Amino acid sequence: MQSAETYNDTVVRQFALMTVVWGIVGMLVGVIIASQLLFPALNFDIAWLSYGRLRPLHTNAVIFAFGGSALFCTSYYIVQRTCHARLFAGPLATFTFWGWQAIILAAAITLPLGITSGKEYAELEWPIDLAIAVVWVCYAIVFLGTIVKRKVKHIYVANWFFAAFIITVAVLHIVNSAAIPVTMWKSYSAYAGVVDAMVQWWYGHNAVGFFLTAGFLGIMYYFVPKQAGRPVYSYRLSVVHFWALISVYMWAGPHHLIYTSLPDWAQSLGMVFSLILIAPSWGGMINGIMTLSGAWHKLRTDPILKFLIVSLSFYGMSTFEGPMMSIKTVNALSHYTDWTIGHVHSGALGWVAMVSIGALYALIPRLYGRTEMHSTKLIDIHFWVMTIGVVLYVAAMWISGVTQGLMWRATNVDGTLTYTFVEALKATYPFYAVRLIGGVMVLSGMFLMAYNVWKTITAPNASTVAQPVPAPAHG
Amino acid sequence: MSGFWNLWIAGLVSLNIAFVGWLLFATALKKKGDQKAGPETTGHIWDGDLREYNNPLPRWWLGIFYASIVFALLYLVLFPGFGSFKGILGWSQVSQWQGQKADADAVVSREFARFTGVSVEDLAKDPGAIKIAKNLFAANCAMCHGSDAHGAKGFPNLTSPNLTWGRTADDIVATISNGRAGVMPTWKDTLGADGVVQVANYVYTLSGRTAPDAAAAAAGKEKFATICFACHGPEGKGNKLLGAPNLTDDYWIYGSSLDTIKETVANGRTNRMPAWLDTLGEQKVKLLAAYIYSLAPPPADAAAAPAPVADAAPAPAGT
Repeated sequence: MQSAETYNDTVVRQFALMTVVWGIVGMLVGVIIASQLLFPALNFDIAWLSYGRLRPLHTNAVIFAFGGSALFCTSYYIVQRTCHARLFAGPLATFTFWGWQAIILAAAITLPLGITSGKEYAELEWPIDLAIAVVWVCYAIVFLGTIVKRKVKHIYVANWFFAAFIITVAVLHIVNSAAIPVTMWKSYSAYAGVVDAMVQWWYGHNAVGFFLTAGFLGIMYYFVPKQAGRPVYSYRLSVVHFWALISVYMWAGPHHLIYTSLPDWAQSLGMVFSLILIAPSWGGMINGIMTLSGAWHKLRTDPILKFLIVSLSFYGMSTFEGPMMSIKTVNALSHYTDWTIGHVHSGALGWVAMVSIGALYALIPRLYGRTEMHSTKLIDIHFWVMTIGVVLYVAAMWISGVTQGLMWRATNVDGTLTYTFVEALKATYPFYAVRLIGGVMVLSGMFLMAYNVWKTITAPNASTVAQPVPAPAHG
Repeated sequence: MSGFWNLWIAGLVSLNIAFVGWLLFATALKKKGDQKAGPETTGHIWDGDLREYNNPLPRWWLGIFYASIVFALLYLVLFPGFGSFKGILGWSQVSQWQGQKADADAVVSREFARFTGVSVEDLAKDPGAIKIAKNLFAANCAMCHGSDAHGAKGFPNLTSPNLTWGRTADDIVATISNGRAGVMPTWKDTLGADGVVQVANYVYTLSGRTAPDAAAAAAGKEKFATICFACHGPEGKGNKLLGAPNLTDDYWIYGSSLDTIKETVANGRTNRMPAWLDTLGEQKVKLLAAYIYSLAPPPADAAAAPAPVADAAPAPAGT
């Protein structure tokens, strides 16, 4: 028996296509600034193109435009399918799409103009911050409203993660962006000194924990079992790692401020709770990878599963590396070096981008009434180009980061530094080239994806007829 | 940390760790059905085919989880973190820094002990001392004078045999210790535009070059003899007591082109070498002086004039 209700996939399609577009834009800006580190003249002496302005544009574009669109897209799709209900407040959902795109556009204009609040990953000035808060509250209403009207009693695990991500990001954004405006495009933080730094990194690390982890675990919990055609490995494990993850992540921020003017007690708590985070983080990896047991053979033929499984491997690796880097003695070596950049990209490219790309390849054909993408072969090529690119990127930054850390701290018996700054820069220079090659490979993969998506959605048999909501298997 | 915040932090930490511990303990317990042959799903189905098994928590994973909690508790006993409790080791990042600093200072003073009582001239001949001095130079001086000590516009070339403030051992030690302030007054109001050109042309000839405008140089010579000689001496050989550069050699702080000389005469120059004694201490100043001393042949007046600071005579030609 089927109800007459249909799924609202228009907004899902819009966000899906913009995910690909913003992925290309964000990664292109990344490739440009990686080239500038190699050839500084590439800023052409134009302030708008200078590294200091393009770097926040890159981070905002990949995290909030690419990652954000991927999260809106998948959460809207998944919450409907797993609640057996049409999206709550359709016009509001449409508003979140246009609102979010307008915010991205505003970011792409203001950041190169040098309009910034100076807070990392929260650079946008107060009028845009207000707009984000409005759109985000609408997002929460649409998402949580759909959960309320669900036809299935149990809330599927993916939705726990999406809900936690949406609610927490609202709190983080509003608290961290609290500021006193002085003009239309200038404001000063409501906090001062080390409190400001602590609030910033409480926000900053939970942006990683909730935006880039919890949200994408939601994607994983739907698409891995769907694509593998296997049940999720352990419900119990998902309960434990969900509650442990969301409660413990809150403490991890101070590990960004080790050996600074932050009080010792706060630094220690940042470190020990980061270590406690290993197991809750790995819970998600285990649940994803073990879901595949009994279906490993599918990896041979299904490049989408390859994307999903390799993303989980990168997730496991980065969530082990992160806690290690939060240990005070390790942090003394790794902090301020390229190691941090490598760590971020093994998470952002290896985990976040790969799980999103895998999910999109599974999702886009379904959104256009087809069974699969235009070319499975191209997905496979994309997988290999991207995987090799990410490995080159991360390995280059590890080597260059550890080199920097060791050279910066080396001292002579007379108390002087063994190496001048420029000597360390010279030593790391070749690895900046390797990083650029890795980045170009990842970007090329995105172009393959764009072509594949274009061919899929413009094929004669592509259709956007609304799909009916099936009756749930049980109440 | 006030009493309230102490309780707040310690309370939240305890609650969170206890919560995670309880969560693990409660879910790790064997459930009915765990021992059956195959895993069972929870019975829930979403979106056609989404189901969940309810496998027990992997033991190795539980082990890591418990171990991290035990480590955290142990760490919070030993180190600061649990509210205002300082930890039984008494560690702080400041004390760690102080300890490391003391260790490094001990190594440095042991290393420097052998330089005590050795003259700058003798240190300049000691390769070990020069090696250390080069490190000190790279760390403290290279940002202005360049890593090869060749200087830049406005920053003297220290390899020159004729330094403005003198390059006997005592001169160099005095320069590094107390710094120097060099001031060339502005002369465009006194000389007028033509006068500036004339004097510049004359100064141009002092280092053995042919003036671009010989007539102007001749007129400039008279003006030099009434104004500039006061500091630079009648022959333009400078006065290291005043920091007035020798204009007859090929060593120029700002540049030797006619345009640069015109600019210097017209607008004057102000320059400052900072004082380093308080920052570096006597021992390191002496080593740096030895390094700079070693960069050029010893000055001819070094032996003859042991107290050069009082020596107002112009440096002999050819030094």
